[in-house]
Amino acid sequence: MQKNLDQIIAARKEWEKELAEKTKNRSAKFVTVSSAPIDPLYTPADVQEIDFMRDVGFPGEFPYTRGVHPNMYRGRLWTMRQFAGFGTAKDTNARFKYLLEQGQNGLSVAFDLPTLMGVDSDHLKSQGEVGICGVAIDSLADMEVLFDGIPLDKISTSMTINSPAAILLAFYICVAEKQGVAQEKLRGTLQNDILKEYIAQKEFIFPPEPSMRIFVDSVEYCTQHVPMWNTVSISGYHIREAGSTAAQELAFTLADGFAYVEACMARGLNIDDFAPRFSYFFNSHIDFFEEIAKFRAARRIYAKRMRDQYGAKDERSWKLRFHTQTAGCSLTGQQPENNIVRTAFEALAGVLGGTQSLHTNSLDETWALPSEWAAKIALRTQQIIAYETGVVNTVDPLAGSYFVENLTTRMEKESEDYFEKIDSLGGVIPAIEKGFFQREIAIAARKYQDEIEKKERLIVGVNAFKDKKEKLEIPILKINPAVEQEQVKNLKKMKKQRDQTHVQESLQRLRGAARDGANLMPRFIDCARAYATIGEMIDVLKEVFGVYKEPVIF
Amino acid sequence: MERKIRVLIAKPGLDGHDRGAKVIASALRDAGFEVIYSGLHQTPEMIVEAALQEDVDVIGISILSGAHMTLFPKIKKLMNEKGLTDVLLTGGGIIPPEDVEALEKSGIGKLFGPGSSTMDIISFIKDWAAKNRN
Amino acid sequence: MSVQNNHLIEHLLSGDKRALAKSISVVENEEVNAAALLDAIYTKTGQAYRIGVTGPPGAGKSTLVDQLTKFFRRRGKTVGIIAVDPTSPFTGGALLGDRVRMVDMTLDDGVFIRSMATRGSLGGLSKKADDAADILDAAGKDYVILETVGVGQSELDIAQAADTTIVVLVPESGDSVQAMKAGLMEIADIFILNKADRDGAERAVTEIQSMLQLREARPWQPKVLRAIANKGEGIGEIVQMIENHRNFLVEQNSLEKKRRERVLKKIHSIVRYRFEKAFWDDSTREAVQKALENYQDSKLSPYQIADQLINNFKKKLEQSHAEKS
Repeated sequence: MQKNLDQIIAARKEWEKELAEKTKNRSAKFVTVSSAPIDPLYTPADVQEIDFMRDVGFPGEFPYTRGVHPNMYRGRLWTMRQFAGFGTAKDTNARFKYLLEQGQNGLSVAFDLPTLMGVDSDHLKSQGEVGICGVAIDSLADMEVLFDGIPLDKISTSMTINSPAAILLAFYICVAEKQGVAQEKLRGTLQNDILKEYIAQKEFIFPPEPSMRIFVDSVEYCTQHVPMWNTVSISGYHIREAGSTAAQELAFTLADGFAYVEACMARGLNIDDFAPRFSYFFNSHIDFFEEIAKFRAARRIYAKRMRDQYGAKDERSWKLRFHTQTAGCSLTGQQPENNIVRTAFEALAGVLGGTQSLHTNSLDETWALPSEWAAKIALRTQQIIAYETGVVNTVDPLAGSYFVENLTTRMEKESEDYFEKIDSLGGVIPAIEKGFFQREIAIAARKYQDEIEKKERLIVGVNAFKDKKEKLEIPILKINPAVEQEQVKNLKKMKKQRDQTHVQESLQRLRGAARDGANLMPRFIDCARAYATIGEMIDVLKEVFGVYKEPVIF
Repeated sequence: MERKIRVLIAKPGLDGHDRGAKVIASALRDAGFEVIYSGLHQTPEMIVEAALQEDVDVIGISILSGAHMTLFPKIKKLMNEKGLTDVLLTGGGIIPPEDVEALEKSGIGKLFGPGSSTMDIISFIKDWAAKNRN
Repeated sequence: MSVQNNHLIEHLLSGDKRALAKSISVVENEEVNAAALLDAIYTKTGQAYRIGVTGPPGAGKSTLVDQLTKFFRRRGKTVGIIAVDPTSPFTGGALLGDRVRMVDMTLDDGVFIRSMATRGSLGGLSKKADDAADILDAAGKDYVILETVGVGQSELDIAQAADTTIVVLVPESGDSVQAMKAGLMEIADIFILNKADRDGAERAVTEIQSMLQLREARPWQPKVLRAIANKGEGIGEIVQMIENHRNFLVEQNSLEKKRRERVLKKIHSIVRYRFEKAFWDDSTREAVQKALENYQDSKLSPYQIADQLINNFKKKLEQSHAEKS
């Protein structure tokens, strides 16, 4: 074996000599989109540390490098779950029904900024923002309209919301209740990942400690009452969109995940009761192989830590299941048709990386929310991959590639280095307070921009192959400005019609629970039933928990 | 002595996506400007007041939330009310072309959407300063 | 608004904020009417109590200033803040990142915040920050807080523009005391150990106290206070200590003495600044460039070159004097 390797290494040296003498390179360095250097060639010598049974193995078996299910897409395709939401609940309900008709198999809800930030549509701060980048939800009343005619026992729903996530879950549970569907039957995912908000997306409200308490409350509640629900979608997508490298996305996301595991264990929850319902959410950026390696490394790192470090016994706790979204930050405003191509390659990488569910971006998203036409193309992209390309015929087709295995192992090592660094800073929350993640991301983002400015990195249509006279000729979605008026009107009406005493009492009980440490979920559900608004509930919590001021890091 | 160009980079509204604002702030610093960053969740009133106290030459707004047709005009109106008529209002984000046109026609400086080069932004501000500052 | 001096001064003294902002710009940019502006408002200064806040980067100065200001505001006092950040020596630009930590107070009419950059070696920063403080003083602020990063020489000078100087440290400054410049040690009237809930806080406090004890006794013995600025803890005690120091200065008649010393330093600084500015004109710069190019051949020492430049300057003065008479 070793003699074979020695032969290869020697032959490789000869080949490199020839290369240097007889060929010229187009550029001095070849790097991924994360600036990771890539060799001209990979051979068995580059994977000699890798043991097939230990490190690669079989899909559905520890360490799951090849996939969390044994037959992957031969058994079931990934869920085609397109993120959608805009305007009023009625508008989004119509778009949901359209997408379901077109063959989408799961719902994914985008909320507007006021909803995401726990502010009601009639608040001064919400002016100009209602229904603009997602659907406006103020109370259970809106949620009922959102899912009108959609059977919650037949569909799984992902809700992309963080600080007020537990409240939206409470609304969902109440809508199901009205449809006669028991909590135990509900399937879906709540993003509910507050740590990445401090790091990247900045949709935080309260400081980290009380936010973690609310998080554990939601996990504890679901573990007991909503067992099929994915309590969290621990996200790297936003970290990447903020400008991080692939290795940073991987490491920071997993670090967040482990911090959540530790927090739940500190509450006294049994790891095997909650870990099987933790899910992840990664970005799929334009550097094809780097992303595939990242997904495979993620599974391997996670399985090893969950089993060996945290002592999880149930194999479902070891399996990293994830949703993928193609990279919004890779899309261009110039020649937007090209975005269809970018999204297709990124989606393919997600599939070759073994994702459980996938959202493909629409070509017009650098200008506005997706038009119906663009949203359809994005969905068709997934369908073509699934039904025409043949990549789903076998599991983890790129396993064994010297390049991909080498890159997978490399990413794993880089993550471990980051974990050490984070530990030395005292853990994820101390590292956040010290600005560690934010600084890494800011530096990477600036570096990337500099490379583009210097044309060290070419983006088609932006700093290369530009159209001299570009005129945008695609339909752009416009949100009707009357949406805000309508929403505010309905909100005022709803507030008049509800039982004020019931609202006040439920809010008072919420305040009490916030103060004395009781699980907040049942209180959120009570408030939801009383038609208390998100803003009213969040304001009560702000009183008790305070608001977070971030350290600004460049 | 060459007068420094002072710029306020601001994030109005509820949107927290600050990658662009921060990359541009640091690029402007590297181009020799003095840059004040307002932080997140600023109201138009806060932005204009900060611009007034800091006596900036330029206000740069970053909006990715789609609320630009409300926020830009509001800020411009407040600038006029407070006497900041000699200050350049510019910015960028996710803004469809027809809105860009409408805003630029209303007296707001050139807007820089995704794919804009920081070099172009710097040249634009320098040219404006050369022509408009006394 | 026209920057015509009389109108500007009138508006400034009547509390117009835009005039205040413009006035600070006039002195910061050394516009032709800067001296006249400062002369005109000089009699209106002397009312504000000046507090300097300095310390290493990351110590939480801005957060502390924010908390102190809110405390003063609750007592009905008005505050002017000058927050200084370094200009990059390579690019000439600056990221003025202090305001963002004090942003809550933007719409409070009783608070005025101005960010200033150090603007390079010939910037004469301490003079400009002091001038800006004078303008805030003349505009009627009860307190003027000058915040700087305590790493350069000019930053120490700024601290001396204050009546009470506060040095802010954090446990992680590693060997926070060793890391401190000797100058920082000397100028502090109050030490704050911020982020006092972190590991190493008590050790840092002890270290600072030991160092103070090793020094010869002084009429005012600086104390070390603990704070957690971002939680608002320890602020009341700091304000009390500032009051104590102020009372001490008044009782000892030191306040007047201090301010007179400050005026003297300022005169020195103005004279030095103006001399250097006049000296280093284009022809002098060209001459020194030439001298450096011929350095190897000429065998002249830096002293001899400097003498040459000074002689040339004297000749220039004599010439222009002769031309005038």
